[in-house]
Amino acid sequence: MSRKLLLEHAHIPGIHSYEVYRKHGGYRSVEKALKTMSPEAVLEEVKKSGLRGRGGAGFPTGMKWSFLAKPEGVPRYLLCNADESEPGTFKDRFLMEKIPHLLIEGMISSSFALGANTAYIYIRGEYSWIVFILEKAIAEAYAAGWLGKNILGSGFDLDLYVNPGAGAYICGEETALIESLEGKRGNPRIKPPFPAVKGLWQCPTVVNNVETLAAVVPIVNDGGDEYAKIGIGKSTGTKLMSAGGNINKPGVYEIEMGLSMEEFIYSDAWCGGIKRGKRLKACVPGGSSVPILPHYLVTKTAAGEDRLMTYESLADGGFATGSMLGSGGFIVYDEDQCIVRNTWNFTRFYHHESCGQCSPCREGTGWMEKVLWRLENGQGKMSDIDLLVDVAKKIEGNTICPLGDAAAWPVASAIRHFREEFEWHVTEREACMQGNYGLVREKMAV
Amino acid sequence: MNTTLSPSPNGAPFRYSPEALAEVLALTKKYPEGRGKSAIIRALHIAQEENHGWLNIAAMDHVAEVLGITPIEVYEVATFYSMYNLEPVGKYVLEFCHTGPCAIEGAERLIAYTQQKLGIRTGQTTPDGLFTLKEVECLGACGYAPMMQVGEFYHEHLNEEKMDQFIEDCKAGKVNKGTWKMH
Repeated sequence: MSRKLLLEHAHIPGIHSYEVYRKHGGYRSVEKALKTMSPEAVLEEVKKSGLRGRGGAGFPTGMKWSFLAKPEGVPRYLLCNADESEPGTFKDRFLMEKIPHLLIEGMISSSFALGANTAYIYIRGEYSWIVFILEKAIAEAYAAGWLGKNILGSGFDLDLYVNPGAGAYICGEETALIESLEGKRGNPRIKPPFPAVKGLWQCPTVVNNVETLAAVVPIVNDGGDEYAKIGIGKSTGTKLMSAGGNINKPGVYEIEMGLSMEEFIYSDAWCGGIKRGKRLKACVPGGSSVPILPHYLVTKTAAGEDRLMTYESLADGGFATGSMLGSGGFIVYDEDQCIVRNTWNFTRFYHHESCGQCSPCREGTGWMEKVLWRLENGQGKMSDIDLLVDVAKKIEGNTICPLGDAAAWPVASAIRHFREEFEWHVTEREACMQGNYGLVREKMAV
Repeated sequence: MNTTLSPSPNGAPFRYSPEALAEVLALTKKYPEGRGKSAIIRALHIAQEENHGWLNIAAMDHVAEVLGITPIEVYEVATFYSMYNLEPVGKYVLEFCHTGPCAIEGAERLIAYTQQKLGIRTGQTTPDGLFTLKEVECLGACGYAPMMQVGEFYHEHLNEEKMDQFIEDCKAGKVNKGTWKMH
């Protein structure tokens, strides 16, 4: 049985309320941190835990925290990134809906470690009902003395607020999030300076994902070493996976790092296999931005080893034959799905969500969308395929923020692994309007 | 991204209701002295709700006045974020997710079905002013596809029968859209 550190109590009725949460050991980590530990000691445990950013980038959290500048007399801020918008990802939503106090608890210990006296949860505007869930939980935490002035008599003050967005994927990029929180358009900033030096209102700021901050609770409770015992190598602890697409049991799962892809997709404990008895065609394991894997690279690496759910194993083979763990937005495609159509769909997303600051991204995503649309509709040319590769290459690495890369990778990887299917959209225009490559090829074989 | 602003019909002015005004002023206190502009996103959500679901220039100018910022600062924000409607909308705005995971689980078919049923295309409003159809990008409900958002709430695991029922319920005034006063 897999250990659960975050969702252990998520299914207990009433766990969203303070009373029930507290009864199940809630806020113990705050008591421990504020009464028995120094801020440096909390940071040390987070470093030892090996926790890496759960929003997608996988940057070591302890290291990120240690970059925080601490000039005298300048306030510091902790921001929780709850702008979950990466297609395929709905894990933070689950956590905040079911067990909002876990996030609040994690944010208190984290703010203590960072010396931040004000913290904000920046949540995507569409999750409006969760804004109210969080605000109710925060009010309960204030009433019980976990927030406000002089928490537990420690002399540590913390105010925590919720700030909703209004529909913009880009605000999940940390400097765009900061701009949005300042009441502006969500245009990413040029770095440096990094938020750790100049962030919210030009003050030192740490931005962490919901799941990352929640993971601080078990790390403080049980110690960083205990947390690091779970997992393999530099992929420690547990990870929330939001599984969707053509599987029997979509939903949010907490896995121990190192679970095999085979087991996650096919075991009834997790995704329960492919829907309607179909076969697996492809998998996007970490949100729409990460490279797509064809079926033969999903459960095995190119070297023939079992593909495991760790940062390293999913990336094994680099961009040629690997992908990334990303945000944990796990999308499974059955044999009926058209890769060209899916790539067009994702590209439309990035085109829509590009903030428009950098021309490679603003123009390039639009071009890719147009070219993919004509390929999908039987009006493409063979040269369009290399044109797409070329445009993707010219976006990648040439923009202020990673949205450009995120838009380029799905296109580049889809063509890398499914080039035949793109070509078929040009050579067999009629057939491609009616079905997808895999299906038609099968019919011909029969 | 929306780019065009519309004046209010017949030049009608917009003012927050007294309780909305009090709420917006309270929101500005969540930020440090002089940083009240940060309340703009929620201030616009509330203005939109009190202005029949959309933001015109009169509403935006009022938000600017309340927050003590220039109108252009409000226009900049209102035109950036997809949740703000810059044109009139129907009473129920059906916002379907059409992104990848929803698309492969039947979102496109369901959107086409709804278009046919309501006799409108995406972006249009029914002549009776009851429904507006929108397609939006990933709403974070990928495991519960296909789905749509109406007001403050998600409606998930949809199919044609559920859409039929939903539309009937809207016509009968039985659908709760939620409000900013939920807390």
